[in-house]
Amino acid sequence: MSDSMIEFRKDLFADERDDRLTVIGKPVRRQDILGHVTGRSPFFDDHLFEGLLHLRCARSPHHHARIRRIDVTEAERSPGVVRVLTGRDVPCNLNTLLSLLDFGIDDEPVLSGERVRYMGEPVAAVIAESEAAAREGAAKVRVDYEPLPHVLDVEEAIKPGAPVVLDIYPGNRFICHGKYDHQKLRFGDVEAALRTADYVVEGRYQMSPIEQAPIETCGAIAAPETNDRYVCYTSTQALFFSLATTSKVLRLPSSRLHFIGGTVGGGFGGKVDSIHEPLAILGAMLTGRPVKYAWDREEEMQVGGPRGAERWYITDGVMRDGRIVARKFVGYFDSGAYTRLTSYAIMKAVGHLPGPYTIPNVYADVYCVFTNRTPATAMRGFGITGVDFAIEAHMDKVAEVVGMNPIEFRILNSYRDGDMKAHRRIAKNCALIECCQVVAEKAGVALSPEAKRASSRQGGGGERAQLPPRTALDEKGRVEGFAAHGYARKGHRRGAPDTPVRPSPEPAFARTSSALPARDIASKPPSTAGAPPQPAPARAAPSQPPLPSPPSGPAPRAPIRFSSISGLRRR
Amino acid sequence: MITAVETYRSAEEAARALGGGGAIYLAGGTLVMAEVNANRTPPRLVRTVDPGLRQIVASSETIRLGAGVTMAQILASRDCAVLHDVARQIGGPQVRSMATVGGNLFARHPYGDLAVALLALGARVALAGQTSLRSLADLLRDRERPALVTQIEVPRPRGDRAFGFVKIARIHPRGASLLSIAAFLPREGSRMRGVRIAYGGMADRPIQAAAVERALEGAVLDEGTIARAVAVAAQGLEPPTDSLASAWYRREVVGVHLRRLLERLSRP
Amino acid sequence: MPKKPITFVLNGAERAAFADPGQNLLDFLRRGVGDLTPKYGCGQGGCGACTVLLDGEPVLACLTLAEAVEGRRVDTVAGLGGPAPHPLQEAFMAHFAAQCGYCTPGMLMSAKALLDRNPRPTREEVIEAISGNLCRCTGYEPIIAAILSAAASGARP
Repeated sequence: MSDSMIEFRKDLFADERDDRLTVIGKPVRRQDILGHVTGRSPFFDDHLFEGLLHLRCARSPHHHARIRRIDVTEAERSPGVVRVLTGRDVPCNLNTLLSLLDFGIDDEPVLSGERVRYMGEPVAAVIAESEAAAREGAAKVRVDYEPLPHVLDVEEAIKPGAPVVLDIYPGNRFICHGKYDHQKLRFGDVEAALRTADYVVEGRYQMSPIEQAPIETCGAIAAPETNDRYVCYTSTQALFFSLATTSKVLRLPSSRLHFIGGTVGGGFGGKVDSIHEPLAILGAMLTGRPVKYAWDREEEMQVGGPRGAERWYITDGVMRDGRIVARKFVGYFDSGAYTRLTSYAIMKAVGHLPGPYTIPNVYADVYCVFTNRTPATAMRGFGITGVDFAIEAHMDKVAEVVGMNPIEFRILNSYRDGDMKAHRRIAKNCALIECCQVVAEKAGVALSPEAKRASSRQGGGGERAQLPPRTALDEKGRVEGFAAHGYARKGHRRGAPDTPVRPSPEPAFARTSSALPARDIASKPPSTAGAPPQPAPARAAPSQPPLPSPPSGPAPRAPIRFSSISGLRRR
Repeated sequence: MITAVETYRSAEEAARALGGGGAIYLAGGTLVMAEVNANRTPPRLVRTVDPGLRQIVASSETIRLGAGVTMAQILASRDCAVLHDVARQIGGPQVRSMATVGGNLFARHPYGDLAVALLALGARVALAGQTSLRSLADLLRDRERPALVTQIEVPRPRGDRAFGFVKIARIHPRGASLLSIAAFLPREGSRMRGVRIAYGGMADRPIQAAAVERALEGAVLDEGTIARAVAVAAQGLEPPTDSLASAWYRREVVGVHLRRLLERLSRP
Repeated sequence: MPKKPITFVLNGAERAAFADPGQNLLDFLRRGVGDLTPKYGCGQGGCGACTVLLDGEPVLACLTLAEAVEGRRVDTVAGLGGPAPHPLQEAFMAHFAAQCGYCTPGMLMSAKALLDRNPRPTREEVIEAISGNLCRCTGYEPIIAAILSAAASGARP
């Protein structure tokens, strides 16, 4: 990379940084680049197998439909077709991607047998001697669909009477921590602060789904090995994630799975869903031959999980001098038809609020909403990108209302070292003020002497390190019937083998619980360990009895806590 | 699924083979092979290696392009200078070394920019096995009817300002056109006679903008004339809504781009 | 369905293999001949990852009928460079012009087609030459810089 593309601002934080760098700032040749420029880097499809078969899925033409019947007889008779798979052939035909982290209820079939919930959902897999023959065979799978009403918008989906996408989530909302139908953030008293603000500024922001669009489409090739194992060359970005998912879906010990990956033709988050490996290996198991399953470009765009759509409502309370005193978010993440990674994305999003600004009162209700759209998944900073766009667009809007230069407005409200953040940790290694100053300089924007003098290292802490004197709590969106010790796990641990989702009794949604009186809690001093004070729940969630293990498959794991990501600038 | 590829020596033989039905003609491949790859074609692929289809024959009045002439060939031919600006805006280098003039006449929106230019220029086409030429406008009107075009005859416009083309795309330097405009403005003295304005992206195929042509015909290309033409830029048209643009957007902007093109052609 | 024998010259050496009816050149080169350097990205001419040279001209292998290369010359990245990398390959390495590496073979062939015809291209000509090749990782700047630098080095194999 040419040096001229990077400018090192070594004047900033110079006393804190070790500049005896041996790698940063110096060109280093990538270890894999000779393979790339000679075309020898082994991507998943760059392996030749004698007798390779090709797998292609028959897909739903409907957003939402009940499947009355799947008839594969004509497909099986199609020239070159070796085998046709349906959901019944998949040993564990129900999974949620984050079940490996004990996060969410198994909700997604590998091949749907009873219902399709998004356009392009696979219902059968045709394995044939050539790709053309697999396409021809897939076109001959006859499915008798009964179309159902569908919902494609997050706010439509949570209205009463909206079509239910997943029976286990009757309100079309993911259950967070087994307690609420949304993820809460409560810090101070936003409503009270909004009443005292000089201006209240509202905004609505949204972002459409974004496809990662790697140049290499997602895929895998699997083949039987002589040692009773299956080798799988895959485009996955998350080799062990895909390995464990395959182990669960196929009920095979991972010791029988030989995964080879690491050469990925562009991922950007879109290659974590582990969709191809289980079917390719299942195909190899059932035919005894090598099987390739890869999306073509049309499938990559239509059914490849995108960064999900988001919609945000932001309300700011701001004083005449530009200080933001309250910020309220209501956010909706479009998870599409299944959970995949959206439940995790909203936790990332809420941990990020209210953006890099010190605001004494912050409130957020963020919903993971199911719709009949393509399931969303990871993409570069997912959970953060959409709301950052909303926050920064809103910052410009508020700056205009108070009549301030938007850069100065940001400097005024920036986190400074020692400030208390809304998720109850102390801000450190802040650098937004310095970034703003450099941007102003580069853009030729004149800053006031105060803004020029401002520093992330000054003016923080003290009162700004304190938790709010009181935090308004509420029980809005409380649900019953979900176990609290896992993440939204229902009565039984996983769907019974070979059966689609059959939830035990429906959870009682506390739909009107916003009427419950808000309660206040006294602040506790910030813990040095950074653990947030835990409000006592209004009602203890009914704890579930120990869950039986499934008949086979991986042993239950203890819940895993997500660790936070902390800045490491200062050593 | 393709079960047979039939390669013929002459265009006439290929045309006869197509007559049997259940077949699709393969020229440069940029459109048809994508359909073959997606298993969306009839089972027989018909092609010809007829060398006549690759020839460019120029006279003082016309340019005769074989239907198999590629965009790259047009760009390499000095005789085809009038089409250089159009051919350069089609695809990237790879597409240009494959895509043919004949194929472009049958390209579905958003492709087919060259056909828009040829329509404005008043091109005529020769069909395999027929001696008389047919107007391109006529061919485009029912281009779904099977026909194998062998040659395209393009009248040479007189003067630099007699022909102009503009392609509107969202992606640069290479993107599918959300609309394109070609203007053929022959002058008799200071007045325009025999005006043809063609649009791409404003219907399901290249079409002429009759209202704009009426506004320009017989007039001097000045500010007032341009304003009158722009006022009727979208008159009588029902442009499509697709992933590139909505019908509303196309109607809104077509006049803007028409104005810029006409202004360019009005400058000495 | 009858396969058709195809004889052609790949990277300077005569080769023969059988093509399925309707098979495209990309699939034929990869599975029929075993040259895995051209990549599949879209199968519809949108990405340029399969770019090869046919009689010296850049074409999209995924949209070229395999049997249309009968008797013709095909060049791929597998034939680029010898014991030492080609100047373009060297420049791509030096300029970090590949991240995931998947678009790289197509980029290199488009760049080669340009330099074969125009050894001293302008920046605009380089951009035009790779306008049919998508890269999702690099943002193109390092690729443009690499091609310009290879041209400036003047080394021709």
